[in-house]
Amino acid sequence: MSAKKKATDERRVALDSSITNEGLDPKRRRLLVGGMSAVGGLGVGALGVSMLASMSPSARAKAAGAPVEADISKLSPGQLLTVEWRGKPVWIVRRTEQALQSLNSVASQLSDPDSQEDMQPVYAQNETRAIKPEYLVVVGICTHLGCSPTYRPEIAAPDLGSDWEGGFFCPCHGSKFDYAGRVYAGVPAPTNLEVPPYQYLDDNRILIGVDQEAAA
Amino acid sequence: MSKENTGGGLMGWIDARLPVTAALEKHVTKYYAPKNFNFWYYFGALSLMVLIIQIVTGIFLTMNYKPDGDLAFKSVEYIMRDVNFGWLIRYMHSTGASLFFVVVYLHMFRALLYGSYKKPRELLWIFGMLIYVCLMAEAFMGYLLPWGQMSYWGAQVIISLFGAIPFGIGDAVTLWLKGDYIVSDATLNRFFALHVIAVPLVLIGLVVAHILALHEVGSNNPDGIEIKANKAADGIPKDGIPFHPYYTVKDLFGACVFFLVFFAIVFFAPEMGGYFLEHANFVPADPLKTPEHIAPVWYFTPFYAILRAVPDKLMGVMAMGAAILVLFFLPWIDRNPVRSIRYRSLAYKVLLFSFAIAFIVLGYYGMQAPTPTGTFISRLCALIYFGFFIGLFFISKAEKNKPLPERLT
Repeated sequence: MSAKKKATDERRVALDSSITNEGLDPKRRRLLVGGMSAVGGLGVGALGVSMLASMSPSARAKAAGAPVEADISKLSPGQLLTVEWRGKPVWIVRRTEQALQSLNSVASQLSDPDSQEDMQPVYAQNETRAIKPEYLVVVGICTHLGCSPTYRPEIAAPDLGSDWEGGFFCPCHGSKFDYAGRVYAGVPAPTNLEVPPYQYLDDNRILIGVDQEAAA
Repeated sequence: MSKENTGGGLMGWIDARLPVTAALEKHVTKYYAPKNFNFWYYFGALSLMVLIIQIVTGIFLTMNYKPDGDLAFKSVEYIMRDVNFGWLIRYMHSTGASLFFVVVYLHMFRALLYGSYKKPRELLWIFGMLIYVCLMAEAFMGYLLPWGQMSYWGAQVIISLFGAIPFGIGDAVTLWLKGDYIVSDATLNRFFALHVIAVPLVLIGLVVAHILALHEVGSNNPDGIEIKANKAADGIPKDGIPFHPYYTVKDLFGACVFFLVFFAIVFFAPEMGGYFLEHANFVPADPLKTPEHIAPVWYFTPFYAILRAVPDKLMGVMAMGAAILVLFFLPWIDRNPVRSIRYRSLAYKVLLFSFAIAFIVLGYYGMQAPTPTGTFISRLCALIYFGFFIGLFFISKAEKNKPLPERLT
């Protein structure tokens, strides 16, 4: 037998014995398996977190929330103006006397007439949910599943019942809101419409997206 | 691997390296299926066929579609008007989506009729349910891509469903899903990625698992008895016939009839009067204005009606989720060892058919604008829907079954 052949045979024997559990240190093996799993797991976890985080709003999307200005000088009583703020419709309604009176008469049918839920800035947490009672400013997105309700000023509209005093109706799932964006009881929407932060720049201009205090 | 097939020639050379012949035998030429398959057994093969139609037409659509908030709507119009045969490819894809649900609903109803979800086919049923859920995700995300009004507001409503999760988790989840503060270009782009890559990959994997699980336990049949219990001396079930050529030919006939219907729709009524492609979706997405009446496409409406039937946001979403989730547990809710409706009690028949009718009625009211009558009927049908599972749990243990036959009838 040549020396070379002998060496190969010895290696083969060494290899065979390593396959059996002879001379095995189970503690060391467990440590290696555990260590590998931990490091591998960390890697997968870190990668997973970055992947998932990449789906959150990007820096550009976050930056695109600039305040918008609305001119209300041409709004006649009862009229609604839609302004786009952060991609959402914001309604400005010039409420009539009748509309303001209806706020009291419908109060008993509402689920949160006193605006207890945190759906408005503190300066709009009042009877009319507005800085100036005449002008309502709300985000026109239903708090149920995000449809944009329709403005329904006609009193006793046939599809909304004879006691309808005007307000907003969501065609998607039938939620009803009064002239202050307060939700009726017994409809799918859980809360009143959101009042965005806003302020009056002067009598005719509203800035949406900036709180009153911040400017004061 | 059987030795006689590993002989010479090209096939022999391949078989020595990849078990092609053995796999074909196991799953096709020597897969023994019960000899009494009826009409209801067309829909498994048909749903596989529709999956292939969707994948092929989908590949060609992506060649011209642009997943961009500014370009998506226009690119779909471009496909419809300027791309050679673009209209055919898109209408095949949109019609395929609706018919996918038609065949899958019939396929699932077959399982209810003949107890195909029962031991030992529980896992097969669960894979099937997972396929169904994936299919719903796939259809929902695909519907956003044309970026029409219905696409937009439909996605807005469905994503908002997650917002019902309490403790502020819901708002975080919807924000994460949208990738923006509103449904926007970011949402469209990720839905495209999920619709064309992620979900189809999962779907194909699940279909493979569904078929492998089926071939492991063997097909059920309208009599609901095991053909494997009655084998001839050669080990082949006496009531079994090889899938090929017997059922390939049968399914080919089914495929012909299916294509007659499929292309009649594609050529003559691709919008199906607003049921397959809703009218509002021919208007580009406008984030400031919800269409007067929004409803999901018909295949989601039964669950949508359940959502609307509950006058509470969180409870409504939970009821809708439960309506799908409960189906996963069917193998354990139904405790009757007899599978087929042929040998079960009248009570089961009544339950199953009221369930089926309630499902259809819910589907109808889910498409209508909300009215007090509609809401009342939806509530009634939602109760029947859940009542089926509760009723089944209690009657299935005490049912008076008819005697099972020894062999297939």
